[in-house]
Amino acid sequence: MTSCHIAEEPIKKVAIFGGTHGNELTGVFLVKHWLENGAEIQRTGLEVKPFITNPRAVKKCTRYIDCDLNRIFDLENLGKKMSEDLPYEVRRAQEIYHLFGPKDGEDSYDIIFDLHNTTSNMGCTLILEDSRNNFLIQMFHYIKTSLAPLPCYVYLIEHPSLKYATTRSIAKYPVGIEVGPQPQGVLRADILDQMRKMIKHALDFIHHFNEGKEFPPCAIEVYKIIEKVDYPRDENGEIAAVIHPNLQDQDWKPLHPGDPMFLTLDGKTMPLGGDCIVYPVFVNEAAYYEKKEAFAKTTKLMLNAKSIRCSVH
Amino acid sequence: MCSLPVPREPLRRVAVTGGTHGNEMSGVYLARHWLQAPAELQRLSFSAVPVLANPAATAACRRYVDHDLNRAFTSSFLNSRPTPDDPYEVTRARELNQLLGPKASGRAFDFVLDLHNTTANMGTCLIAKSSHEVFAMHLCRHLQLQYPELSCQVFLCQRSGEESYNLDSVAKNGLALELGPQPQGVLRADIFSRMRTLVATVLDFIELFNQGTAFPAFEMEAYRPVGVMDFPRTDAGNLAGTVHPQLQDRDFQPLQPGAPIFQMFSGEDLLYDGESTVYPVFINEAAYYEKGIAFVQTEKFTFTVPAMPVLNPAPSPAS
Repeated sequence: MTSCHIAEEPIKKVAIFGGTHGNELTGVFLVKHWLENGAEIQRTGLEVKPFITNPRAVKKCTRYIDCDLNRIFDLENLGKKMSEDLPYEVRRAQEIYHLFGPKDGEDSYDIIFDLHNTTSNMGCTLILEDSRNNFLIQMFHYIKTSLAPLPCYVYLIEHPSLKYATTRSIAKYPVGIEVGPQPQGVLRADILDQMRKMIKHALDFIHHFNEGKEFPPCAIEVYKIIEKVDYPRDENGEIAAVIHPNLQDQDWKPLHPGDPMFLTLDGKTMPLGGDCIVYPVFVNEAAYYEKKEAFAKTTKLMLNAKSIRCSVH
Repeated sequence: MCSLPVPREPLRRVAVTGGTHGNEMSGVYLARHWLQAPAELQRLSFSAVPVLANPAATAACRRYVDHDLNRAFTSSFLNSRPTPDDPYEVTRARELNQLLGPKASGRAFDFVLDLHNTTANMGTCLIAKSSHEVFAMHLCRHLQLQYPELSCQVFLCQRSGEESYNLDSVAKNGLALELGPQPQGVLRADIFSRMRTLVATVLDFIELFNQGTAFPAFEMEAYRPVGVMDFPRTDAGNLAGTVHPQLQDRDFQPLQPGAPIFQMFSGEDLLYDGESTVYPVFINEAAYYEKGIAFVQTEKFTFTVPAMPVLNPAPSPAS
């Protein structure tokens, strides 16, 4: 069988974003450290720029000032006329877009890594936005293999209505890096170490790629979002049930119809309905209470990537 | 060394406060639930009143709006003249002082139980002022005996010469429950359920006391603060490292001189250079970064708690 390979342009410019949410501290402090001493993130022939995306939120150690920066990189918000009346994050999004975008522009950044933490027990997670992106599937395969036996999961957010307009989406190759569990406003050494390793392997991959290494066809297991599930609420909109102890901390594990899902404040168990096994993620993420998401249901599938090689060699 | 007066009458006026910090969710949700359905706070000889201590911070899911409410109960804050520019929590502390106090007066509530969570791995921690609080010490002992599997640790927070500043100090007797680890803004079922059970047992103890139960003298082991350690910082005051993996999550375990306490971003370990073993608590508590505290150093000590004088049984149930 002939494997056709994709000849890709070499990667020239990479950005590493921290502080998109100001209270997710691992990315904040890795970026701040690399701004002082960037030796660890340098690779020959590659420009790697660490950058704090939401400095006001970082200073206040809060997720955002006016609105969630990681939801507003759509054409409408990016196209609004600049004014002091715009929410802080919308103005900031436009600045970031001019510095790092536009997508496929001449001087634009090829890859953006956006560093996040979650209060959910998701371990090391890579977030993919496009199921047909051979280059990123190959990168994720390389990172997963390099991290093993430490598990690294891939969350695919490609969905007609549930996909959101992320900060990183202005690059040709957007990569979300999410490590948990870590409380907001806390910096854990073990989580820092895991995220640091993920970035190291990602940059090594890019370097090998630029040097002409061919990556043969590969396949990775991914978890694709199906739907978001809100907490049961009372007539005032207040949460009336909490994530069941059997589901708490069980991100990525199969949840069967009939398995406990929520526990009401009166002690009643509410089970998963339907007739499909799902794989919950973002189980009990603090920031998602206001977004009405107790967890997201995903389905497990394999994604394939063709062989890739840098076109310069 | 003398103990403070123990109650000589049944405790009738009891309050349970949640949401003193608006993002510590066990207490927030318990307080909200009890405000709708207070039945489980009722006992034969008294009913506990639920209070949502910091409504504005709770609505915003933040620790505080202007000022930490649990530091606002000093006489300086409570007794100074109100002005329009007063921080929200100072005004609120005065309101709570009217409701549950006035602090140090004969009209104050008999007992306040304040509910908290921490991001630190402190398990079930019972926080009282000092070893002289005989009633609170017997209550802690009761909780420890009822729930040996929880390994409830007693932390006595008041430093000598220092005035109390926390919410439960407005009442004649008080205790705080500090349960963790739980992230701010997250409601975990296991911690919520444990908090609820502990509250019920606290109220059961008060009922036992009111009914004339005898509580004999005993030896108690507790932890009291001897200092705090800040994170390593750059000249600009930013973090230069964080809690070392060998110290992270090891609250109440002995820390020996020479053991690693911080890991710098550049990779080196910083070692504990104190002269004696300490027992760190509040290790890597989110809310303490801004207070310059990476962990609180405590010493473990043992003391005798005298028997609690038996009450004559309550003449009739409170209506």
